[in-house]
Amino acid sequence: MKCKACGGPAAINMRHHKLALCGEHYLEWVPQQVQRFIEKYQMFSPQDKLLVAVSGGKDSLSLWDVLLRLGYRADGVYIGLGIDGGVNYSDQSHEKIVQFMAKFWPQAKLHVVDVEQTYGMTIPELSLARRREAKPCSVCGLNKRHIMNRVAVEGGYTLVTGHNLDDEAAVLMQNTLRWQVGYLARQSPVLEATHPKFARKVKPLCRFYEREMAAYAIVRGIDYIYDECPHAEGATTLFYKTLLNQLETNSPGAKLSFYLEFLRARQEGLFQKAHDEVVLHECEYCGQPTSAPGLCSFCRIWDRGADAREPAGELGLPVAGG
Amino acid sequence: MVKLIFRNKTWEVRPGMTIEAALRKLGIDPEAVLPTIKDTLITADYVLQDEDAVKLVAVVSGGTR
Repeated sequence: MKCKACGGPAAINMRHHKLALCGEHYLEWVPQQVQRFIEKYQMFSPQDKLLVAVSGGKDSLSLWDVLLRLGYRADGVYIGLGIDGGVNYSDQSHEKIVQFMAKFWPQAKLHVVDVEQTYGMTIPELSLARRREAKPCSVCGLNKRHIMNRVAVEGGYTLVTGHNLDDEAAVLMQNTLRWQVGYLARQSPVLEATHPKFARKVKPLCRFYEREMAAYAIVRGIDYIYDECPHAEGATTLFYKTLLNQLETNSPGAKLSFYLEFLRARQEGLFQKAHDEVVLHECEYCGQPTSAPGLCSFCRIWDRGADAREPAGELGLPVAGG
Repeated sequence: MVKLIFRNKTWEVRPGMTIEAALRKLGIDPEAVLPTIKDTLITADYVLQDEDAVKLVAVVSGGTR
C-alpha cells in the first residue's frame, strides 16, 4: 500500500478515511486533524492555558506532544495513585513521562500530585479502607476527577484529556445499552465549566481511533507504558472496545459514524431535557461542585468533616490569577 | 518461516500470505493490532517474506487478551 501524499510505502491505512500515509506524512496529518477538531468544537484558543492530564500512556503523551508541536501553552499534570500491581505500575508510568519530557520537551512543565503524600493513603489502600474493595477503579476515578479539576481551577487552566474515539464509543455503547440519558447528555468533546469551580474540559482526540494514536506514538518514537493498569483487566470498557473493533473490521467506519451520529443527535437537542435537570451544590468541605447537598464524594471517601474548608493552594500549585 | 509475536506469544506461519490473512488465520482481529517489522509500522496488505519477524502491537493497552 502506498502513501497518498508521496507514493512511498504506507505505515498506516485508515480504512474509514480511505487514506494511507507513510510515517513522515502521518506525523504531519495528525496535528493538522487535531487543530481542525480544536477549531470545529471551539475547544480553546492559542491564548488559553492548557493542562494535559498525562498518565504515561500513548494517548496522553501523544496529545501533549501534538499540542506542544502546534505551539499551545500546554502544561501536564500527573497524579501518582500509588498503584503497584506487582510491577510498580505508578512509578513506571511516571518514569515514562519523565523520559518523554527529557527526549522531546525538556522545557515543558509537569505538575505532580502524589495521592499518598498529599492525602495520606494510596488509592488501593483508600479503596480497601473505605469500601472494602480490592478493585479500586471507582475510587480511583473519583479521585482523579477531583484532583485534575482542582489543579485546573487553581491554575486557571482548561483541562485537556486524551480520550480517543474508541474510549468515547465504548462509553457511548455502555450508556446506550442501559439508556442512561443523563450520562448521554453530558458526553461531549467539550464540557463547559457550568460552575466557577468546575474547569472547562476538552477532548481533542475524540475523533481519532485508538489505533491511530498508538500508530502516532510508534512513528514519533514515544515510549509509552504499554500495559494497562493492572486493575483494568476484565474491565467492561475493554469488552465493549473489543466488540466495537469486531464491528469495525466488518464495517469500516462503524465506530466513527456511531459516535458522530450521536453527537449530531445531541447537538439537535435529543438529550436536552436530561441535561437541564442537573442541579449543582458546593461541597461543604472543599467547595467543589457536587450533584448532592453536603459533602462531595471525594470528601466523603476521605472521611472529611464539614467543620473546616480545604485551603486554597493545598496542592502547592499556582492559584488562578495569582 | 515467518514469526508473528504478540503479547509474549510467538506463532510461525508460511511466507507468501498477507499479514491480514495471517492474523485472520490466527484468530486475531486486524483492527486490534498494529504490525511492525524492526519497529517500523507496516500495513495489513504486506506480503510476508521468509524470515520476517512481525511484532504485533496491541492497539488497546491491556485489552483483547
